[in-house]
Amino acid sequence: MSALIAIDGLTKTYDDGHTALGGIDLHVEKGEILALLGPNGAGKTTLIAIVCGIVNPTSGSVTVGGFDIIDDYRKTRSMIGLVPQELTTDAFETVWSTVSLSRGMFGKGPNPAYLEKVLRSLSLWDKKDNELRTLSGGMKRRVLIAKALSHEPEILFLDEPTAGVDVELRKSMWAVVEELRQGGTTIILTTHYIEEAEAIADRIAVIRKGEIVLVEDKDALMRKLGRKRLTLELQHPLDAVPSSLSDHDLTLAGDGTQLIYSYDRTAERTGITRLITSLAEAGIRFRDLETEQSSLEDIFVELVGEDA
Amino acid sequence: MNRHAVAAIYKYEMARTLRTMFQSVVSPVISTSLYFIVFGSAIGSRIEEIDGISYGAFLVPGLIMLTLLTQSVSNASFGIFFPKFTGTVYELLSAPISPFEIVLGYVGAAATKSVVLGLIILATAGLFVDLEIQHPVWMLVFLLLTAVSFCLLGFIIGIVAKNFEQLQIVPLLVITPLVFLGGSFYSISMLPPFWQTVTLFNPVVYLVSGFRWSFYGVSDVPIVASAAAIALFLLVCLGIVWWIFRTGYRLKA
Ligand SMILES: Nc1ncnc2c1ncn2[C@@H]1O[C@H](COP(=O)(O)OP(=O)(O)O)[C@@H](O)[C@H]1O
Ligand SMILES: [Mg+2]
Repeated sequence: MSALIAIDGLTKTYDDGHTALGGIDLHVEKGEILALLGPNGAGKTTLIAIVCGIVNPTSGSVTVGGFDIIDDYRKTRSMIGLVPQELTTDAFETVWSTVSLSRGMFGKGPNPAYLEKVLRSLSLWDKKDNELRTLSGGMKRRVLIAKALSHEPEILFLDEPTAGVDVELRKSMWAVVEELRQGGTTIILTTHYIEEAEAIADRIAVIRKGEIVLVEDKDALMRKLGRKRLTLELQHPLDAVPSSLSDHDLTLAGDGTQLIYSYDRTAERTGITRLITSLAEAGIRFRDLETEQSSLEDIFVELVGEDA
Repeated sequence: MNRHAVAAIYKYEMARTLRTMFQSVVSPVISTSLYFIVFGSAIGSRIEEIDGISYGAFLVPGLIMLTLLTQSVSNASFGIFFPKFTGTVYELLSAPISPFEIVLGYVGAAATKSVVLGLIILATAGLFVDLEIQHPVWMLVFLLLTAVSFCLLGFIIGIVAKNFEQLQIVPLLVITPLVFLGGSFYSISMLPPFWQTVTLFNPVVYLVSGFRWSFYGVSDVPIVASAAAIALFLLVCLGIVWWIFRTGYRLKA
């Protein structure tokens, strides 16, 4: 029936008058991995913080598992684990005590065997008696994940889990996420890396200036993102695209000095060879060429018709 | 009721206390001992009895209150200020806990520490003077209520404080003077009439007086007034805490 997380008409205006969210509608299905993709300041953290109860919404409604996050906060919050963006940990506590605290705070009785399993899966078991201040940044991040998982949540929020994390750790983080998904956990992660969303998400929501500008299956979005542009710098400017080239998807730019061809790099045939042949037949000479990947920015531009 | 949460917070805070046991117990014990040596024995021997009690013995309830009040405020304020300072408060805010449960965990742990400390100082005092406790149950009730209400005050300060200076300024500038001027070291009746009246506006007077009554059966103000004062103070603190959580003041954006 209804979505596991239903966000409707959610807005947030901070006390300083800044509107961080301007009417968010977003539904998350059970078992999926949703990536919230957007530049810094887009409102990703604010959105997560509201669902988790850390920030009060200005208007709109959020339900988790059909329960309202304010009226039924006990039910909704015990379903959620949150890994915050900032590496915030106590300094003098041990890994074990902080993870035990989290489990208790979220209403679960002690279960050392489960906590051991979580710590082992995050390669933290041999650090369990270490004070948090002695851990590296990457390990602290994993401790935060362990804390979030300590109460066996159905939903996991990961706020920029791999920001400032080295490639190796990023890969291992993705593996952890994949494992959780297979265990049935619903995961919402924020990122500003397209590759990250591409690597692990089922669905991608693009957020910009507090608005969701697009929600799409990853595969569909990647097809759009997979488009590339080939720009040909012409020797002699043209007035119009010659009719002999009309069956290629060409546009004229730069006052007739450039021909732009757009294609899908992931397609079996990109049509480039055929285009070059046609150009030669039409006697059009070019002195330079350039290809570029359409970026998230381009998609923003395409979607909202203005500079992102 | 999320009892696991209350238990987890209480345990975590008590563990923090035990780690710093040395500082938190040794320093009050040493300073109390010094008070007894200087005021109780050295100077006290030259001071006549107050209300028929030797000066050294007269001092005990006030000294316990001095430590109880300052320690309660500073411990409880640190307990909640720290998560705010480091950012770990995110977890507290996102957990399925009610404000009441948060307070129970934090203030419960801080108050436990205060009461234990109070009893340790009482035992230390016993080494220097002959103690007499006429109303032991009331003594414990006063100890407990005072610890709880001043831990609540500390909790409030910890939430309101924006930095470490603000955190320390209240115990230093408010609590200590109120205790010193609150009849800890003298009987109110020793003051000129005008100052006796002024003193009645100092809430600590009621605490010290009631506490001393539980020891020696003598008090500066009626015992009922003491009991009412502490109940009122407790209610005011509870009201403020309730308001803080209802509005999210200084906790939530
Ligand atoms: N506590 C706050 N008070 C005022 N403005 C805030 C606060 N937190 C975030 N903002 C503003 O809200 C906007 C969205 O921030 P955020 O949700 O952190 O974005 P993101 O996580 O996508 O980088 C930003 O412009 C930020 O400056
Ligand atoms: Mg953010």
